[in-house]
Amino acid sequence: MAGASKAVADSRANLPFVYRQYSPEQLRQVLHKMYLIRRFEEGAEECYMRGLIHGTMHLSIGQEASAMGICMPLAEDDQITSTHRGHGHCIAKGAEVSRMFAEFFGKTTGYCKGRGGSMHIADVAKGNLGANGIVAGGIPIAVGAALSSKMMKTGKVVVSFFGDGANNEGAFHEALNMAAIWKLPVIFVCENNGYGMSTSTARSTAVKNIAERAAAYSMPGVIVNGNIFSEVAEASFKAVERARAGEGPTLIESKTYRHRGHSKSDRNRYRTKEEIEDWMANRDPITLFETELRDFGFIDDHGIQAIRDAVAKEIADGIEFARASPAPEIATLENYVYTEHA
Amino acid sequence: MDAAVRELSYAQAIQEAMAIAMDMDERVFLMGEDIGVYGGAFQVTGDLVERYGTDRVIDTPISELGGAGVAVGAAVTGMRPIFEFQFSDFATLAMEQIVNQAAKMRFMLGGEVSVPVVMRFPAGSGTGAAAQHSQSLEAWLGHVPGLKVIQPATPHDAKGMLLAAVADPDPVMIFEHKLLYKMKGHVPEGHYTVPIGKAEIRREGRDLTIVATSIMVQKALDAAAALEGEGIDIEVVDLRTIRPIDRQTIIDSVKKTSRLLCVYEAVKTLGIGAEVSALVAESEAFDYLDAPIVRLGGAETPIPYNPDLEKATVPQVPDIIAAARDLVKGVR
Repeated sequence: MAGASKAVADSRANLPFVYRQYSPEQLRQVLHKMYLIRRFEEGAEECYMRGLIHGTMHLSIGQEASAMGICMPLAEDDQITSTHRGHGHCIAKGAEVSRMFAEFFGKTTGYCKGRGGSMHIADVAKGNLGANGIVAGGIPIAVGAALSSKMMKTGKVVVSFFGDGANNEGAFHEALNMAAIWKLPVIFVCENNGYGMSTSTARSTAVKNIAERAAAYSMPGVIVNGNIFSEVAEASFKAVERARAGEGPTLIESKTYRHRGHSKSDRNRYRTKEEIEDWMANRDPITLFETELRDFGFIDDHGIQAIRDAVAKEIADGIEFARASPAPEIATLENYVYTEHA
Repeated sequence: MDAAVRELSYAQAIQEAMAIAMDMDERVFLMGEDIGVYGGAFQVTGDLVERYGTDRVIDTPISELGGAGVAVGAAVTGMRPIFEFQFSDFATLAMEQIVNQAAKMRFMLGGEVSVPVVMRFPAGSGTGAAAQHSQSLEAWLGHVPGLKVIQPATPHDAKGMLLAAVADPDPVMIFEHKLLYKMKGHVPEGHYTVPIGKAEIRREGRDLTIVATSIMVQKALDAAAALEGEGIDIEVVDLRTIRPIDRQTIIDSVKKTSRLLCVYEAVKTLGIGAEVSALVAESEAFDYLDAPIVRLGGAETPIPYNPDLEKATVPQVPDIIAAARDLVKGVR
């Protein structure tokens, strides 16, 4: 995205990174998208409760600043691989919520034509190579995409999102090592929300910070407060610059929290109500960003309300689009297994 | 040299196919363990690194899971990787990427991507490498929709099917029997393809159909030649592809001969022989059968180290001869 002009930049010299780097309009769009992610997931959850969506889903409510911050410096043709908790990444990379809802409803107008659902949501045209049902499954794939970028000299940067649980999978270690020895343009983003399903990182992971793992692969390991948009975006910006310059990968650990349970089967027995309420009341990423924007004079209450209203309409329209869309014909069951059947 | 009689080994044929593929398409590259200056554990890549450089003949760390995933990711984003496993047994380390990612990605994404990756698996027993370096795991991958699984049995097919695999938009798994690498045979020069999904009748006959895979094709041919003197006329079908399987060639052959013997090296139970038997039993060829279907497969054991035990684990020519004779003579 284009940077702010020098005069404007000077007037914001003491503000955090994103307020110096991006225009007020761009930042208001970020708030818009953070709301869009939040309301999309709330809408999906409601549709699930009402029986309109089946299966399961993993909500990233509480992690919106992480998805938006990482994607902020990416170009449209840069690529990402995502996780089972990937709705936010998908929207942050540019997906339309209507086609996402349609996918959740299993409709032909969905991004995966009803074959993937929440866990495999993708938007290849916008560079999202897909969420993944296998923990750490997308990490080597991102390294392969970065290898393509290097071999074809496209200049693309690839981001691999994964959770704290993935850092104990072999694929994580193998992929980071290969990215480092081949100096590939890839950024590893560990969204550490404290728990791999029910098991806390304290119980599962030998290092205190997952970013420390970067030392083993001779790449920078950066820790950011994943609930502060500017911190995440700044780390991502630097990692993207490093990747594009051919200097190799970066591991960013974005410390955050999911407000909801792991999936729809979660009874929340492994964390306290007080802990959850504390994160929701005091460290909500949208509240934090919105307050900053208002305090720094980038938006007023009227502007905030306009964003909320616009998002509410987008969500309602998206759900309506999904409901009205056609379901796949049973006769098309075996489509897309092989290319010639497409 | 006269092109019509030019002979190459199976390994040389694969190497030539990879070189042609790289010459024809700059997106094609090779990845694997020790495939560069070492030349590959079985010298299949040989000196290719000298011709194509380390950017296109990439030595990976010993990271089968990660390496396979990198190949999948590169394939999805526009490259045409050929990934060599050092031994097919090591597919066990990469099953996640092969089965959950490569095979399903196109389907899960509603056809928005293709995964044109080729994976090569040196397979099979007979080298004294014991239980973890001698398996035949092709049926495992043959069970997965989204993959194509081939087993070329001759140098000619090894080259032509690899070139077909590289041109294929979907993931193709090639199981190469290690004892075939030194087998010599006629290999045409230049580019040609042998279609995936098409079996080949190696020998025509009236009395019995043997459907064989990989190294068992030559053993079946040897058995058929030995039985010729007894007046037993055997048809040998080289399956070549186990997914998608060529049903029609098998069915037509059994309708002609009225007897079926399946011969394969992998563990007999739940193997390709079960599939071939079942598809015949389900087809119109069932009514033509004059004898029960018989399977000759590997013993229900890991591959042992002792050479005599190792040999006894998988079907040998005398086993095929005995089974074929019994079938035709009505002993079964």
